[in-house]
Amino acid sequence: MGQITLRNVKKSFGEVDVIPSLDLTIENGEFVVFVGPSGCGKSTLLRLIAGLEDASGGSIEIDGVDATSLPPTKRGLAMVFQSYALYPHMSVRKNIAFPLKMAGMSAADAASKVEAAAKVLNLGDYLDRRPGQLSGGQRQRVAIGRAIVREPAAFLFDEPLSNLDAALRVSMRQEISELHQTLKTTMVYVTHDQVEAMTMADKIVVLHAGRIEQVGSPLDLYRSPVNTFVAGFIGSPKMNFIEGAEAEKHNAAMLGVRPEHIDIVEDGPWQGTIGLSEHLGSDTFLKVLVDGIGTLNVRGTGEVGLHTGDKVSLAPQPGKLHRFGKDGKALS
Amino acid sequence: MATLNSRRAARLMISPAVLLLLAWMVVPLAMTIYFSMLRYNLLMPGMESWAGFDNYRWFLTDPAFFAAIGNTMKLVLGVLFITTVGGVLLALLLDQPFWGQGIVRVLVIAPFFVMPTVSALVWKNMFLNPVNGLFAHAAKALGLQPYDFLSHAPLASIIGIVAWQWLPFATLILLTALQSLDREQMDAAEMDGASPLQRFGYITLPHLGRSITVVILIQTIFLLSVFAEILVTTNGGPGTASTNLTYLVYAQSLLSFDVGMGSAGGVVAVILANIVAIFLMRMIGKNLER
Amino acid sequence: MSRNVSTTRRSVVTIAAWGIGFLIFFPILWTILTSFKTEGEAIASPPSFLFFDWTLDSYREVNSRSDYPRHFWNSVVISFGSTFLGLLIAIPAAWAMAFVPGKRTKDVLMWMLSTKMMPSVGVLIPMYLMFRDFGLLDTRTGLVIVLTLINLPIIVWMLYTYFREIPGEILEAARMDGASLRSELIYVLTPMAVPGIASTLLLNVILSWNEAFWTLNLTAANAAPLTAFIASYSSPEGLFYAKLSAASTMAIAPILILGWFSQKQLVRGLTFGAVK
Repeated sequence: MGQITLRNVKKSFGEVDVIPSLDLTIENGEFVVFVGPSGCGKSTLLRLIAGLEDASGGSIEIDGVDATSLPPTKRGLAMVFQSYALYPHMSVRKNIAFPLKMAGMSAADAASKVEAAAKVLNLGDYLDRRPGQLSGGQRQRVAIGRAIVREPAAFLFDEPLSNLDAALRVSMRQEISELHQTLKTTMVYVTHDQVEAMTMADKIVVLHAGRIEQVGSPLDLYRSPVNTFVAGFIGSPKMNFIEGAEAEKHNAAMLGVRPEHIDIVEDGPWQGTIGLSEHLGSDTFLKVLVDGIGTLNVRGTGEVGLHTGDKVSLAPQPGKLHRFGKDGKALS
Repeated sequence: MATLNSRRAARLMISPAVLLLLAWMVVPLAMTIYFSMLRYNLLMPGMESWAGFDNYRWFLTDPAFFAAIGNTMKLVLGVLFITTVGGVLLALLLDQPFWGQGIVRVLVIAPFFVMPTVSALVWKNMFLNPVNGLFAHAAKALGLQPYDFLSHAPLASIIGIVAWQWLPFATLILLTALQSLDREQMDAAEMDGASPLQRFGYITLPHLGRSITVVILIQTIFLLSVFAEILVTTNGGPGTASTNLTYLVYAQSLLSFDVGMGSAGGVVAVILANIVAIFLMRMIGKNLER
Repeated sequence: MSRNVSTTRRSVVTIAAWGIGFLIFFPILWTILTSFKTEGEAIASPPSFLFFDWTLDSYREVNSRSDYPRHFWNSVVISFGSTFLGLLIAIPAAWAMAFVPGKRTKDVLMWMLSTKMMPSVGVLIPMYLMFRDFGLLDTRTGLVIVLTLINLPIIVWMLYTYFREIPGEILEAARMDGASLRSELIYVLTPMAVPGIASTLLLNVILSWNEAFWTLNLTAANAAPLTAFIASYSSPEGLFYAKLSAASTMAIAPILILGWFSQKQLVRGLTFGAVK
């Protein structure tokens, strides 16, 4: 079980409204990612669910029970923190067993649960070490281990991978996804990295200034962003935005086209000069200065043999143009 | 960053400390203020009568009071000066590489552990005594007339004794601060052509600022109430030459048994200390925020 | 990293540092040496430095004249008792200030420290009278209470600076793991803050051990700690330097040894977290 319902939830710090008013339902077993730029309120929202902050208004229900004024201890949730927040004075074994001890479980039962968790997370050899003697990835696993032994209603992750290096981030990302496949427990995951959101989520919640911009599956958001903010935030490299005469031709205040949806053709509608080309092997990223439009980022195949200064002709793929109104909302 | 629950818990957790200190501050102080308005002598029990501000008038017009204020200031400032300047110099020396750093540090810190009564007794008898003291021996060996420190320069002698006790404290804090100074900053300054003296003035000293503040704050707290050293060495004398405010109040109330007058002196001492405290807290508040 | 320091320079610094160190330590050394002399040798002119007949007579004399073990025990009870009591009150308070700071936390802290600025002498008489009325004069309980109150601000301040170095997320993790506030303090905060608590404990034991205003004014015989024991040697009576030295050595040795062994923690404590 692990259904979380937020109704009309508000949060303000003094005069500042961090979250004006927000409704959201997280279904049992879902992997939900809160994503948004820093300061968008995503961590605050997670801490509200955890009970580490009080809501200024509205209600939070966990499995149909009103948890709005319950302390974190009573909510039956587990959290993995950005800094891992391991207890430095305890061995890995004691760290993982701590929530069980707090729940009053017998030492023998706790030990077998710790062993089981350690096996799942490949921590068997490290159980008697202190957190200080572990690498970043191992610490992360201990933090996850501490969370899973409690068998919580839901897991909360607060940017858990941001302290890891790039390679480790990718593998931990996959481990967490696999863990979700195995446990099938609700997971709420906060990140500012849209790649993590796209790769892990069943459902992405894009937040901006405390407001939900859009909720949907990763592909929904990629294919049909409801506004320029979501369009610009989801997808890498970022979507190109075109204003002015070219947009007016399509009856829109602004046009959006993703770099991967622009083809290099013999004779296209847009003519330009290459300002910069980055060859990554698998892909080539081109910065093209297009006449009458401005700079467009274009993603080509790895074998594109173009260099700075070359003239190219570009064409957007049919049906892949996003049109936005004056208010930034998508036009259908 | 906290919930209502934890804020409520926090209030509960902090209240014993706050209430105790509040009681500690208010109850005796209120009694002192009350006594200070009475004609109250322990030698004449049952004769207490209302005196209004008479005690204050007598206490504040007593020449001993002005002497005590002056002595208190000389004592605090003198010790602060010796310990901070000496502490900085000593810390600079001990920060250099040399053989046996650990042992020297142990030697230097030792006076801090000596209780004030002991250090006062040892200095008074074994060093400053004009007949048998070590300084007298030294003077005689050099063919000089032994000097009676405690009769002729009582306050200076006490300043010396107290400074000896507090120099280790200042030195150690400043040494710790020096060791935390970023080497690269020094190297950069050297590359920029700063002379050793300029490096000290522009980098080391500002870096030490915070620690010097701490040294001054903590020492002032303790120096304002220097008592045992005076009690043991000079009893405030000769005359009032080495009487500080603390000792004056003690003498009034416990030696002359004049509770009313002693209390008035106590209130004056509290007021003066609060003026110093406000001033110091401002300075500390500003300096520690960084 | 560092450049090589020339041997000459190193030697000069070594001599200077040892010289000054020796000078600062000399009064203590001299006291210890004198305590092993006879009274005659103690005032001999010129004084002998090491070449005298070492004797323990003065120690025997001091022990027969006064009850050193009782004073020592009083000092131990009073200084450790007041420090433990202070920690018990201060740990929750420092937790609250460090982890649930409010708008007025800084002011409360400053106010607490300012009570330390209140001269003890200002409240001596009421304290004396209250102690008399409550039967606390010349009792260890009374002194433990007073010294706890005197040192409480410093204990709170020191713990606060140490606690602030502990990331709040760890305590939040404990809360998420189902720990009650009590468990949070006992199983997570206190063990993590052991070094800081140890420094605080040490510094306060030393300050209480050496406290010489209240201990002198509120005790007579029964509860008198070592500060009062030594004060009884303050009036000269014939030849007494060796006895004075022996008594002094006995009074300062315990804390001197404790201080030397715990120098590192102590320096940390002394800086009040202001210097890292």
